[in-house]
Amino acid sequence: MALETSVIQEKLTATFGESVFNFTQEKSIFSLEVASDKITAVLLFLKNDETLRFNFLTDLCGIHYPDNDDNHQFTVVYHLHNWIDNVRLKIKTYLPGSNPEIKTVSNIFLCANWMERETFDFYGINFVGHPQLKRILNMDEMISFPMRKEFPMEDGGRTDKDDRFFGRTIDNC
Amino acid sequence: MIESKTKMVDAPEGVVGEGFFATKLNDVVGLARANSLWPLPFATSCCGIEFMATMASHYDLARFGSERVSFSPRQADMLMVMGTISKKMAPILRQVYEQMAEPRWVIAVGACASSGGIFDTYSVLQGIDKVIPVDVYVPGCPPRPEQIVDGVMKLQELVRTESVRRRSSPEYQELLASYNIK
Repeated sequence: MALETSVIQEKLTATFGESVFNFTQEKSIFSLEVASDKITAVLLFLKNDETLRFNFLTDLCGIHYPDNDDNHQFTVVYHLHNWIDNVRLKIKTYLPGSNPEIKTVSNIFLCANWMERETFDFYGINFVGHPQLKRILNMDEMISFPMRKEFPMEDGGRTDKDDRFFGRTIDNC
Repeated sequence: MIESKTKMVDAPEGVVGEGFFATKLNDVVGLARANSLWPLPFATSCCGIEFMATMASHYDLARFGSERVSFSPRQADMLMVMGTISKKMAPILRQVYEQMAEPRWVIAVGACASSGGIFDTYSVLQGIDKVIPVDVYVPGCPPRPEQIVDGVMKLQELVRTESVRRRSSPEYQELLASYNIK
């Protein structure tokens, strides 16, 4: 029998109460929010529960919302997949901009190791307890977190681009 | 005279007599160097594919004395950088350049190697001339094999006319020092 989304919601609410909220069906994927301090407990529960059986972490990534208030600046998104019933689940958790840190899930899902390093690399989100939290894609000397909106995408060292020819000056003079 | 389709490189200017030929050392060395440039392909993307066509039978870079593609920097004369170089790869490119023996030349093939191309972004090196000196730039995205061959011929012209003393000149030392290469 297929795993119903109402069962997921009931089980989570019964176990975690106020820490899981905003259950929504977004297109074909069931989504919810989790308080950031409960993330490891929720993922462990989803993985080990006999009916839920979310045995696979498809993706883990960060998002930056610069316009949100300080407590909702950063998001870590977890995509889980139940291979037995073929059900997917999206979990969002918000982090404050002043101190973006969350417990690592790399001990629950080993594949989270590199995904968390990537998220740290691009957003500067600190995964507490990660065995080797260092940059993975960008060069080690980099000091910015390039996917944060306050950092420019373009390289400052570019010398052959004249802004006038790219419509970047106001009066194009 | 026997009619032959084989094209030979012209001898440099000099004085011909019975049993001797006198010319400048510069010209002879330049001639030898220019017609035996061993390329070291540093190919990271689509320009590298065009280089493969350049080396293959149709365009045949071997006609210009570049038959032997050297995959070790120590035996190479001409570093051909083809493709996007990320900032993380820049130290490796530099190391490859430093491992080449003098005299050494560099061709930046394609827009990415020359200026970063369309990748005006935090992760991409904005032209390899930020880390190593470049002799010839080949434009194009990617350039046609003809353009790469043209770039090699331009470099041959540079090599042919280069003074044998250039590599020990203070200007050249200054150039290397500006890139912090010993």
